[in-house]
Amino acid sequence: MKVSAVRKKERLKKRLEPRIKELKFSLARIRKSPLSLIGLCIILFFVIIALLAPVIAPPKYPYEPYRIPRYGYSTTPHPPSWEHPFGTTEGQYDIFYGVIWGTRTAFRIGFMVVGSILVIGIILGSFAGYYGGIIDEIIMRIVDTFMSLPTLILAMALVTALGRSLDNVMIALIVVGWPAYARLVRGEILSIREEAYVEAARAIGVSDFGIIFKHILPNAIYPVLIMGSLDIGAMVLTAAALSFLGLGAPVGYADWGQMVSFARNWIVGPPGNPLAYWHTVTIPGIFILLFVLGWNLLGDAFRDILDPKMRRK
Amino acid sequence: MKMTTYIIRRILLIIPVLIGVSLIIFMLLLLFSPEQRASLFITDVKQLRHIQSVIEKHGLNAPIYVQYFKWISQVLQGNLGWSKTAEQPVLRAFFYFLPCTLELAIFSAPLIILVGIYLGSLAAVHKDRPVDHASRFFAIVGWSLPTFWLGLMLLMIFYGYFKGLFPPEALGVKASIMVKSEEFRRFTGINTIDALLNGKWWVFLDALRHLVLPVITLTVVQCAMVMRIMRSSMLEALSKGYILTARAKGADEKTVVKKHARRNAMIPVVTVSGYVFAMLMGGVVITETIFNRKGLGWWWARAAVQLDIPAVLGAVLFNGLIFSLTNLIVDLLYAYFDPRVRLG
Repeated sequence: MKVSAVRKKERLKKRLEPRIKELKFSLARIRKSPLSLIGLCIILFFVIIALLAPVIAPPKYPYEPYRIPRYGYSTTPHPPSWEHPFGTTEGQYDIFYGVIWGTRTAFRIGFMVVGSILVIGIILGSFAGYYGGIIDEIIMRIVDTFMSLPTLILAMALVTALGRSLDNVMIALIVVGWPAYARLVRGEILSIREEAYVEAARAIGVSDFGIIFKHILPNAIYPVLIMGSLDIGAMVLTAAALSFLGLGAPVGYADWGQMVSFARNWIVGPPGNPLAYWHTVTIPGIFILLFVLGWNLLGDAFRDILDPKMRRK
Repeated sequence: MKMTTYIIRRILLIIPVLIGVSLIIFMLLLLFSPEQRASLFITDVKQLRHIQSVIEKHGLNAPIYVQYFKWISQVLQGNLGWSKTAEQPVLRAFFYFLPCTLELAIFSAPLIILVGIYLGSLAAVHKDRPVDHASRFFAIVGWSLPTFWLGLMLLMIFYGYFKGLFPPEALGVKASIMVKSEEFRRFTGINTIDALLNGKWWVFLDALRHLVLPVITLTVVQCAMVMRIMRSSMLEALSKGYILTARAKGADEKTVVKKHARRNAMIPVVTVSGYVFAMLMGGVVITETIFNRKGLGWWWARAAVQLDIPAVLGAVLFNGLIFSLTNLIVDLLYAYFDPRVRLG
């Protein structure tokens, strides 16, 4: 009894050893690249803000924490003060509260959209690549069609049809985003399908499902993950653009794109003080920029670190 | 002979994509309820009471395939419906707004591609040196910039501090009166070109001033992609055997980079250039909205917010067409330049 437990532990250790070695190697690579370190720090900073949002900016309405509190109904924005560190924007929405809780919104959009896209893209792409023939033909024609339309225009049309809300923005981005992943996964699988180890697995009678998910996908997943990390930023950017156009979150919801759109009428201050309302546009914009920049830097670093063909160079 | 078969095959390949685009648009249309779609046919408030009969009359409850064929036959006749935001039929509104957008694209697309090619090859030649790091960082920041935010910041600085230097909208008051007058003949509808053809220099300069900020916005955001592709393609070209040969024969570095490497590295950029043009069409939605230039993007953004269904669907159709056509042209150019594609 005891002996077998020890043996099990040893076997597990043996199996994990190369993986731990690889992980250590990857971490060493991250430490050596300054840009990826900056990216990692930015994302960690946002993770902390998102986790501590209720502490940093205690909600005024505990049941609707995403509703930005208003301090009066005057349209003219107020400059930063002790009470409102980032000032207030049009309609006296507190900018500090908005950007802090907006971080959670951004993470939710990024993870939900890219997560769903990954699942849909990987499943459809693997079917197309592994089975080929008519399934491949149908899926790829659908992919071609979707990819012949610009992301923003199609997402705009979808949100118009579904109705204005944050959930519908996410649905629209998922519908627009999956085809690129299906195409990428299919290409990767086509190049792996004929490898000897896949042939061997088939010969010993592993099911199609097992071959795809245990033998092919683990070897095809890195480019997909890299694209995913770059896309978290891109999707948040598109969602912000939709919110800016007035197609995203409802008015008053903590969302960076909407905070920038509040500032649209306050670009130029009164005569003599043209930058009087600088904070209304600059602060939410910097949050969007940093968030997207962080994911892009990280994705760029992943490209060098995770890709088995690139990493040992 | 081979070339003609290739061209015919390539043109035929567009057809399934266009049918697919029409299906997507039709599915978008079906997302609206029959009542919402019936409202497109209503011109008078009194008709609201008989909305069911309107639905019956236009077959909005009919089986889906019947509706599809009815709809597609209308579209093929050029009947895309009435746009309430433009207050004219969608097709006519499209030609009304097109010149303004085309002007923006004509000025920014070459700039995006040239700046991208220049920075990309600069970075590749100085690989892993400060110039390379700086231009890569610039590219990644440009890629992460929200278009709408960059545009607003530029407006804030230039409109606030240098009032009147680079104003928003497409033309100043005086110039737009001039453009609409009898004296000014319209050739293309594009302000800058028409002004030159009419010999009105001050109108040309005015139009140009209004173009500066939107063009900068689009260039900063979009040239990052061209730069990135140019850099990697240039790095690959620089590692090729013919570069070594050229160097061994004693060619100076400038000739090697400009004549041997850059020319070959530019082939992938041709593909991207088509893509850049198509992306510009999406990018203009934000840029035109911010700078209040009344072009296609401005119209579509308003249409989407005000639930102008025919205009939004028309936008999808138009972009599908543009994208397929640019792809076709790029592929044909490719085949023309690169014999491996044509014969492969």
